[in-house]
Amino acid sequence: MNFSKIYALGLRHIYLVMNSFPRVLDLIYWPTVQIFLWGFISKFFTLNSAYYNNTVGVILTAAILYDFLFRASISFNMMFLEEIWSRNFTNLFIAPIRIREIIAALTLTAIIRTLIGLVPAVVISIPLFGVSVLKLGIPLIFLLLALYLFGVTLGLLVTSGLLRYGPSFENIAWASLFFLAPLGCIYYPIEILPDFLQIVAKALPLVHIFEEMRNILISSSVDYINIVKSIFISCLYFVMGVIVFYISYFGAKKRGTLINMGE
Amino acid sequence: MFIELKNLTKIYNKYIAVNKINFEIEKNKTIGLLGPNGCGKTTTIGMMLGLVSPSKGEILIENKNLNNFRRDEILKRFNFASPYVELPKKLTVKQNLEIYGRLYGIKDLSIRINEISSDLDIKGFFERKTGELSSGQKNRVSLAKSLINKPEILLLDEPTASLDPDIGDFIRSYIQNYKSKNKVTVLLASHNMNEVERLCDSIIMMKKGKIIDKGTSKELIKKHGRNNLEETFLKLARSEDEL
Repeated sequence: MNFSKIYALGLRHIYLVMNSFPRVLDLIYWPTVQIFLWGFISKFFTLNSAYYNNTVGVILTAAILYDFLFRASISFNMMFLEEIWSRNFTNLFIAPIRIREIIAALTLTAIIRTLIGLVPAVVISIPLFGVSVLKLGIPLIFLLLALYLFGVTLGLLVTSGLLRYGPSFENIAWASLFFLAPLGCIYYPIEILPDFLQIVAKALPLVHIFEEMRNILISSSVDYINIVKSIFISCLYFVMGVIVFYISYFGAKKRGTLINMGE
Repeated sequence: MFIELKNLTKIYNKYIAVNKINFEIEKNKTIGLLGPNGCGKTTTIGMMLGLVSPSKGEILIENKNLNNFRRDEILKRFNFASPYVELPKKLTVKQNLEIYGRLYGIKDLSIRINEISSDLDIKGFFERKTGELSSGQKNRVSLAKSLINKPEILLLDEPTASLDPDIGDFIRSYIQNYKSKNKVTVLLASHNMNEVERLCDSIIMMKKGKIIDKGTSKELIKKHGRNNLEETFLKLARSEDEL
């Protein structure tokens, strides 16, 4: 890995954000709106639900964590789409940077975009709704790691689709996360799902992450086995995402789509 | 031989884009790649840049198959410019050159950027976003990016397409001047016959994915009994049979 090249590619996306105030605003706007919306919903449920009674912020914390996943994935996709939209794709792929370095650069830079959007929203939720994700304690770091890996994996799968099918795959980029959300058991326990869907859901890291989040907030205990399981599953998906990306890259070379991307 | 293309073929499904082409390029020579639209020029360039994998045949650089080089090792010896490929529009000219300079691992990058931007007269719009520039300005920036690493092999795809005669002449003069001062092997795909005559040591004519003729411009004009390269091109492009 050549870290100066990874930095160079990351810098391209940092400059892009820095050069445009509306772009920064756009990054902050959606997570903040989400926090407001779920903050009020959360407040309502806390006051009116036996399940959530005296557990202020379970829904809002889930919303924040889900948004972290969403932003990580979208950030990854967006950075790749930027290259297509700006017709810079050929220049990028003829630069002396290895594919693994491109993946590393996108993975590491996505965290910056994600945090630009999410940190203000998280900070706002503390005085406004009395909810802080920091209440999750040390396990929060591991939950975020698992979420981030899975978010980037979804980004990898979508960008693989973009390589395979071209810009027409763009709409899938936006829809990809909503497809998995019902199985993620973000706002409800896994028992709500029909039995056959529970089996599918357990194969996703989301169920374990959000189950553990509720476990920590409701029963004030930490099940590290659940956390390890979620990280392990996320890592497996990440490796699979990298493999799919490589397959799509070689497929794109075969089909010649790299040379016409963005046209 | 510096670069050799041997039986290079690209087939997309059943469509043969490039059909068993063979040619060689000597070090520090400029070769023109001519042919009507869709004749396989861009696909050939794409295969040389590693963007398209050949269906058959091979590309050799100093007798070593292109596939046997590590991607980043071989690509740092190449560069490419085309008006159909752009740099990130929302970044300034300076930022784009900085990023590509870093990607190509250029030492003393600020000196190199300064040098190349003076040569190509782009300093006046250094802080402007690339997307806000005129075609001529974008073209010069694109050329600056393609020369940032002082490539050994420079591939140019219609570098003066859609430029006014003045800017077109500036670019051609610059390439000519750059070649006289630097060791660079150039493959130039163009539809501008004057440009090809002026810049190229020899010419390869392609049609329907095949090479139909090659030689110096004088040789080709004489061989086909025409007055200039444009007439020769038209004769070859319109002929039914391959020569």
